[in-house]
Amino acid sequence: MKPVFQKLKEKLGDAILEVSEGTAKEWRVFAAKDSILRITECLIEDFGMRFLFLSGSDTRKENKSFTLHYVFSYAHQDQFLIVQTRVEEKDSQFPSLAHFLPQANWHEREIQDLLGLVAAGHPDPRRLVLHEDWPQGLFPLRKDFGSPQKIPRTAGQYVFARVEGEGIFEIPVGPVHAGIIEPGHFRFSVAGEGVLKLEIRHFYTHKGTEKSGEGKSPEHLLCLAERISGDNSLAHAVACAQALESLGQSEVPPRAQFLRVVFLEMERLHNHMSDIAGIALDVAFSFGASQLMRIKDTLLRLNEQLAGTRLLRSVVTLGGVRPDISEAKKEWFVKEIKKIKDDFDKTIQILWQVDSLMDRVETTGTIKKEVAEVLGGVGPVARASGIDRDLRRDHPYAAYKDLFFRIPVFLEGDVESRMKVRVQEVYESFKLIYDALHAMPQGPLCGALKPLVPSQSALGYVESPRGECFHWISTDGQGKISRWKIQSPSFSNWPLIEYAVLENIVPDFPLINKSMNLSYSGNDR
Amino acid sequence: MFRILKKNITVGKVTLPQAFTLAKAPEGFLGAPEVDPAKCTGCGKCVITCPTKALTMVDRSAEDKRFFHRSYGDCIFCGLCGPVCPHRAISFKGKFDLAARTKKELHLQSSFSLSCCRKDAAFIPSNALSAKGSADDVQGFAQGDFSSRLSMEEEGLKLKDKIQRLFGRSLHIREVDAGSCNGCEVEIVNLSNPVYDAERFGIHFVASPRHADMLLVTGPVTRQMELALVKTYEATPPPKLVVACGTCAINGGIFGGNYTVIGGVDRSVPVNVYIPGCPPRPEAILRGIFLALDKIPTAQKN
Repeated sequence: MKPVFQKLKEKLGDAILEVSEGTAKEWRVFAAKDSILRITECLIEDFGMRFLFLSGSDTRKENKSFTLHYVFSYAHQDQFLIVQTRVEEKDSQFPSLAHFLPQANWHEREIQDLLGLVAAGHPDPRRLVLHEDWPQGLFPLRKDFGSPQKIPRTAGQYVFARVEGEGIFEIPVGPVHAGIIEPGHFRFSVAGEGVLKLEIRHFYTHKGTEKSGEGKSPEHLLCLAERISGDNSLAHAVACAQALESLGQSEVPPRAQFLRVVFLEMERLHNHMSDIAGIALDVAFSFGASQLMRIKDTLLRLNEQLAGTRLLRSVVTLGGVRPDISEAKKEWFVKEIKKIKDDFDKTIQILWQVDSLMDRVETTGTIKKEVAEVLGGVGPVARASGIDRDLRRDHPYAAYKDLFFRIPVFLEGDVESRMKVRVQEVYESFKLIYDALHAMPQGPLCGALKPLVPSQSALGYVESPRGECFHWISTDGQGKISRWKIQSPSFSNWPLIEYAVLENIVPDFPLINKSMNLSYSGNDR
Repeated sequence: MFRILKKNITVGKVTLPQAFTLAKAPEGFLGAPEVDPAKCTGCGKCVITCPTKALTMVDRSAEDKRFFHRSYGDCIFCGLCGPVCPHRAISFKGKFDLAARTKKELHLQSSFSLSCCRKDAAFIPSNALSAKGSADDVQGFAQGDFSSRLSMEEEGLKLKDKIQRLFGRSLHIREVDAGSCNGCEVEIVNLSNPVYDAERFGIHFVASPRHADMLLVTGPVTRQMELALVKTYEATPPPKLVVACGTCAINGGIFGGNYTVIGGVDRSVPVNVYIPGCPPRPEAILRGIFLALDKIPTAQKN
């Protein structure tokens, strides 16, 4: 670790004000806000670090200024680096990184909307999270925002980027969609059937979840985390629990670590089943859709019998897990899993041979590796575009470091590749469940949790079925939760869809959308 | 082609028997908390642990009474209250069939003698228990920001008999997500899978509110979805039914009281049936839809 810091100091000199080691896997660096761009360039280009997310908090009470945290990952050493900087209320500007780092685009706009700090030099400073009828000068994440009140609606207009020319039309879609999916708005500019431009406008389901978490007890925060994105309930809950456990200095017993793996992989299974089913449905191949949806329901019923809830809610507790899988149940469970695997295998073998399906998915909605890299794509979407990245291997948590598994990577970046990644991941998940059940040691299910350490922050992370999911929790001087930042994989991946649909035809949009399967609620929070 | 046929034949029929008779969830399912009145002493431990204030207690010292209110409309089925009960009075036996036409039906109440409660070592005085806001008072329909868009006859539209006659055999549903976490969507999509197969009852999910008889609304209604919900409601031709699906849709659930949450569907449009659950099981959603159509005789429901 030391050499990295030394090199950083050499390269950046006085740009770095202070260095501290933070918790086990998190290095902290303090810097002046003017040098943020220089530091980011250096970290990314010279050290090969990767920007993960930006979190802002109102710390005016503690140090009379706002604090921004730029979180980077350093895969070579399984470490995270957090660059911290302060922004004064009087001079509320901070330098925008979006020119150099397009991935920072939404992060900075979110901070503008919710915290009222200004990203100086941002190429697109329009509202993002709060829509046009939200009053000016009211910032929910500021501590003086107070308790909920009736907030008036004001007049305002959101201006979409326009494509102009002969024969060019706009197609507005949403927020209420034709299928049973979540709300969001899509604005297509088309010439004939070909898409020239797509602009997405989301955050219709913004529920102020991060604000709700402030001041909550750890148990109640976990309940809220389970409801960030329903189909990824467990992934969010585990990420949140990990951050809280690190703040509460709790040791999760080994048996619970293995059980977490089992349930996390069960969640991946049911998500991937419905994603592949959705692709089959969108090309009107109903055999594939109904077979896979049937298998998914078998999995959900299995969840219910093992854990008491279909979507694996109330499975994680602070310091461990609630349901145990006894020896007798284990045998039955393994048998069921084998049956489901066989069932899935037969169905998938048929799917690959259906021309009406394969014709639609090949070369559709291609995302180039460079685009995925620059925009910060994560999860199966990134892995289908040739980016070999998975938190389970690069920053192992729970019991993943004791288990062997492969990470499928495909190069084409089209709908077919995304489907193939998911199919391969399903096979790996079956194997992981089987291995984790057999490697699981005896022992307690839950460790003790101490009160949260005051004035500290911690990171929790999970490779959810959609990709990297981070929870960043800070406590105040009394050990209460003062800031809860949720970085969901959908927030990272949504901007990619604007590129995936280019040069495709409008009727392929649902297919491309389904192949990326992004959560609106996880994105909007 | 032959492989598809073979697979179809080997899988066979997976559809569950008619939902009316399927009152039981698979063994192991937690479901809603049930309080055993014989064991409960009214100590208040569970009230503190409840994240959504579905459990509340009100003391009236003058009458020497402590009232214990339990609202399934606020319960998110998290299971936190069970283990904290010192008398093991709270159990989870897989109860999920809870749909109701009014919020009142979702509300249970019992009372204790306050002086007896005090004798319990676990007793927690009422000033330490969180008080309930007035949110629960809304019944049927409260006017929201966009209520002026709705016509004066909204309440009058609950002409149950007429609707029943009209929808007697088939029902077209438009699903509207008004800010849910997508948990309810997962279960609503499951209604169309071969296991639940809602189509066999003549229930179709349609792509446009203009084709719909019923809106199935999920989520606590976010500030930014309220107008879209009201517009969808307007676009649905009368007579129409609205079903609020999931605990969020009833009172806002765990998201209630936030700056961007309206806190329940009936604060924006009139609601006919409430389906508690987080998310409700597919059978519970089906029962709720049937209840909206009055297809379940009241006697059979209980």
